[in-house]
Parts: sequence; structure tokens; C-alpha cells
Amino acid sequence: MSATDDSPGGSSALDATPSAYQEVQRSPEFASLRRRWRGFIFTMSAIFLGWFLVYVLLSDFAHGLVDIRIGGTNFTVGLLLGLLQFVSTFTIATIYVRFANKNLDDDAEALKRRVEEKL
Amino acid sequence: MNTQIGSPALNIGIFGLFVVVTLLIVYRVSKASNTASDYYAAGSSFTGPQNGIAISGDYLSAASFLGIAGAIAVNGYDGFLYSIGFLVAWLTALLLVAELLRNVGRFTMGDVLSFRMRQRPIRAAAAVSTLLVSFFYLLAQMAGAGGLISLLLGVKNTPGTPFDGQSLVIAVVGILMVIYVLYGGMRGTTWVQIIKAALLVVGAAVMTVWVLGLYGFNLSGLLGSAVENTGKQLLDAGNQYGKTLTTKIDFLSLAIALVLGTAGLPHILMRFYTVPTAKEARRSVQWAIWIIGIFYLFTLVIGYGAAALLPRGTLSSANVNDAAPLLAFQIGGTLLLGIIAAIAFATILAVVAGLTITAAASFAHDIYANVIKEGSPEPGMEVKVARRTALVVGIVAIVGGILANGQNIAFLVALAFAVAASANLPTLLYSLFWKRFNTTGALFSIYGGLAICILLIIFSPVVSGGPTSIFGESVDFAIFPLQNPGIVSIPLSFLLGVIGTYIGSREPVNEAKFSEMEVRSMTGAGASGAVDH
Repeated sequence: MSATDDSPGGSSALDATPSAYQEVQRSPEFASLRRRWRGFIFTMSAIFLGWFLVYVLLSDFAHGLVDIRIGGTNFTVGLLLGLLQFVSTFTIATIYVRFANKNLDDDAEALKRRVEEKL
Repeated sequence: MNTQIGSPALNIGIFGLFVVVTLLIVYRVSKASNTASDYYAAGSSFTGPQNGIAISGDYLSAASFLGIAGAIAVNGYDGFLYSIGFLVAWLTALLLVAELLRNVGRFTMGDVLSFRMRQRPIRAAAAVSTLLVSFFYLLAQMAGAGGLISLLLGVKNTPGTPFDGQSLVIAVVGILMVIYVLYGGMRGTTWVQIIKAALLVVGAAVMTVWVLGLYGFNLSGLLGSAVENTGKQLLDAGNQYGKTLTTKIDFLSLAIALVLGTAGLPHILMRFYTVPTAKEARRSVQWAIWIIGIFYLFTLVIGYGAAALLPRGTLSSANVNDAAPLLAFQIGGTLLLGIIAAIAFATILAVVAGLTITAAASFAHDIYANVIKEGSPEPGMEVKVARRTALVVGIVAIVGGILANGQNIAFLVALAFAVAASANLPTLLYSLFWKRFNTTGALFSIYGGLAICILLIIFSPVVSGGPTSIFGESVDFAIFPLQNPGIVSIPLSFLLGVIGTYIGSREPVNEAKFSEMEVRSMTGAGASGAVDH
């Protein structure tokens, strides 16, 4: 937190020499990392939010469906869908952690070293 | 409950043991909490798994344990829906917030929001939002303690006399919390949360296995028995929210606030700074998701177990929160009740400690150090101010808790989530992902989100016009029909952020700061790491 003055800190946009951060930000390697990262997290967010919303709307407005008993037991379709929300949450969390460990961390680390060499 | 169950002496004894053990640990770990990094973030020295357990301890409040188990016992399926919202919300934190926040900030939400904006107005706004959310949440926890006390400790509240036995117990909880936060800082608070989370999960696991064992591990049998014993259709949807179109929309509104609010709760965000790297922050959330998810599966069994096993008529909407302790007494007698009671108190204590240190950090770091002292406070003063703030927050919590005791203020937790989802989350996401977002936009979404939530609550049936309203049925100015403002306030706050950004678009985008923030958020370059001592 270096910017302690009341104005947006740092140099103006017209600086002749870009900062280490700007150099890295403009590099194709960073663009590739950002594209892969954001592609993954935005897609996953859309999936889990959409699926959660569908579940809430079904539980709210489709009682005829969620109240159906499954195969002579006391389990309902709603309960099953609810438990599937647990499963999908655990699954998405696991997939993301694996994806990030495998496909993001090394590239992020390399870019970090590039910035810190120039700072 | 008219009759006392269990043994108050045993309940107090087991809770006392928890207090003694945690105080000893706080004393042992608190030797050097004099730098800001140490006091606010425990020197970023916790591991991902440790922090994940502590996050669970911070998040699983009494409302989660007692409230959800009770809601399932009384309303069945509709109660289960809460727990799903509370769990799925963690994906928002994992995917969109945790790692980026860890890399950009050091101690508070204000660090991230103000990174590329004008420091003073944004830090002030972030602190206002943090203090309000923490205060709503804190008050709900303290008042919840009052109800628990009458059941578990046999201390009755005499109407009309504010200073009685219950007030004394609320004061004791408040004083203990202040001691943890003053002496232990974030390190001590984290250990309290870790111990509490372990006790809570083990306690819930024991009850779950016990209840399932009584039904020969046949969950379907347990569900059937819950319906039979209560005579209510607890497996069908809509017991609580299915009555009218308004109540259905109200539930949708609550669900949206829960799923988006968690990643905007300041006391949760602050926990991400207690680990050294973004990768550890990621592991924290991964651990938290598993622990919280498994815990909510336990509450499903405990809730239906209470419906199936407690004598018909024991539970009503007035004593929903007693379902889990009463079930513990029913199946395990005095000793299990004592253990569960102590865990419930430990839960309240750990959560209020986490809220207090968050409020103290936000005031001392954002307001005192950066707004008043413009970023250069005298050495050591910031932590002094933080400790004094914790003391003030403690006093406010005790007085507020005593005044709110017995009031119907469960809505405060929903309000805290709504404000977090409306004021904090849009501003965080815009700051991190939208280059043109500027100071005016951030001020619009923070203050706008706050104001809309609070106004909608004031003009809702929570405050007036209904049988459970604060002002009762006779006073009616409830022109907003929903109890939960999220469905209106969240989209409006996102919109206000855009409108403010266009109004303030003469402010040039700080290209250098934006580049620094973007590169830092994704790579950790320049981020503060662990501090060695």
C-alpha cells in the first residue's frame, strides 16, 4: 500500500517508460494466463449460479415435482436435488483447485518473478 | 421451556473448561502482537488447512447450528434450503474473490477497494460498510445468546428488568470475547475458532450417528418417522415459504442474498489475509467447503431427528433454536446436553470474537491510519487504536445484546448478508475485473447498496404491519412487501456502480495502478507474504 495520498497514486498514463507491472501486463504470457483463468472461473460461476437458481426456483414454484417420492422411500426429488447441490459444490471446488494447481500456478509464479526482478 | 432440563452446573462447567483451555492457548500464542501485520493477520502465518478450519469456525454461527437444525425440525424441507444457500455461496468466494483479494490487500476489505481509487473516500466507505455489517451480525449473535441461556443455564429473564441473570451472562460472553481479541489478536482469535470448529463438527457428528443409529442407519425411516411424529408434511416443499407468491419471492430474494453475500462478509474476507499466499487462500476455501458441507449434512439429520424424536408439541416457532439442545437431552441425557450447550456457547464466543477483530481492524487501519493520519500513523499507534476499538465494540455488543435480548432480531443476519451482497460484492468485483470502474462508481455502489438495504428493511413487514413486526400490527408503514431486500438491492447496487462510474468518468483511469492491481492479483507479485518472528 504505497499510495497514501488522496489522489490515485503512481505515474501518469503518458509515462515514457512503462512500469514492470505494465510490461508484464502487456506480455502475451500474461494475456494467456488471464484468458485461461477468467475463462475457467467465469464459466464455472455461471454454471453453479445457474444450477443453484434452477434448484431454488423448482423448490419455490414446482412443488408438484420436488415433492415426488422416489421408489417407495421417503426421499423426495427435492431432497435428491438438494443433495446434488452438495455434490456439485464439492466437485466444482475440487476441479477448480486441480485446474489452478496444474494450469495456472507455474505460469503465475514465472510472471511474478519477472515483475520482481524489475522492481 | 417452562421446566429446566439438564444440569446448569454441568453446562457451565463444560463451557468453563473450554474457556480455560482457549484462554491458556491465547496467552501462549499472543506474545508478540504488536505489529499491525501480527495483530490483524497473525503475521500471515497460518496454513491453508488451519485457516480453512478457522473459516468454518468463523462462519458456522449459532444461527447455522441451532437455527438451521431448528428450521428443519419445524419447517422440514424449507429449512434444508437455507443450508444449501450457505454452502453454495462458498464457490463465489473460491472462484471470484479469495485469491485475488489475498494478493491485492493486506488487512481489510478497504485495502482492495481503495487500491486504485482515491484513498480517503473509499476507505471511509469500506469502513462504514464493514462496521455496519459486523454490528448487525454481532447484535444478532449476542441476542441469540440470551435465548440459549434461559434453556441451558436455568437463568430466567424477568420482563421489565434489564439487569438480571441473563444480562450478566451476556456481559460475561462479551468480556471473554474482548479478552481474546485484546490479548490474542488475530492469532488468538484464529485458535479459538479452530478449537470451536473442531468441537462443533465432532459434536454434530456424534448426534448424527446417534440419531441414525436409533433408526438402524435408515435415513428414509428417520424421514418417515419425522412426518409421523409431528403430523406435518415435513418432506414437502413450501411449509415456510410456499404460502403466497410474496413469500415465494421472499425466499428467492433470501437465496440470492445468501449465495452472493458470503463472499462480501468482511469478517470472512479478513481471514484470507492470515495465510501467506493466494495458493494457501485457495486451500483454505477448499477445506472450508468440505467442513461446512459435511456439517450441514449433519444438521439435516439432527433437524429431522428432532422432529422424529422430540415429543409432539415440544417445538414451536417460538423455540425453534432449542431443537438441537433438546434433541441432545432426549437421546443422550444431561451429559450430551451439557456438551452441546457448551459447544453452542463456544460458537457464539468464537464468532463474536471474529466480528470484533474485523470491526477493530477496519476502524484502526482504514479510518484512523489511512483517513485521519493519511497513511502515516505514528509507529505502534495503529494497533493501540485497534485494541481500543475492540474494547468499544465489546461494550457496544454487551449493551446492545442486553437491550436486544428477547427481541425478534433474527432478521439482522439476513440484513447483514443482504448488505454484504449489495454494497460489498459488486464493488469488489468491479474493482477487480472492470478497468473503467472509478471512485465515484465505488461510492455509488457501497453507499447506494447500504442505503437501499436499510430503507427497504425499515419499510418492510419486519419493522411494521405484521404480527411479528418490531412495532407490532397496529403501526403499519410497510410499503415494501418482502422481508429480504436482496432481489431488489443487489441488482440496483450493480447498476449504481455503473451509473456512478459514468457520472465520474472525468476522473482518468489510473493505468499504472490498474496494471499493478491486475498483475498483482493474478500472480502475487508485490503481495505481502508471511512475516517471520
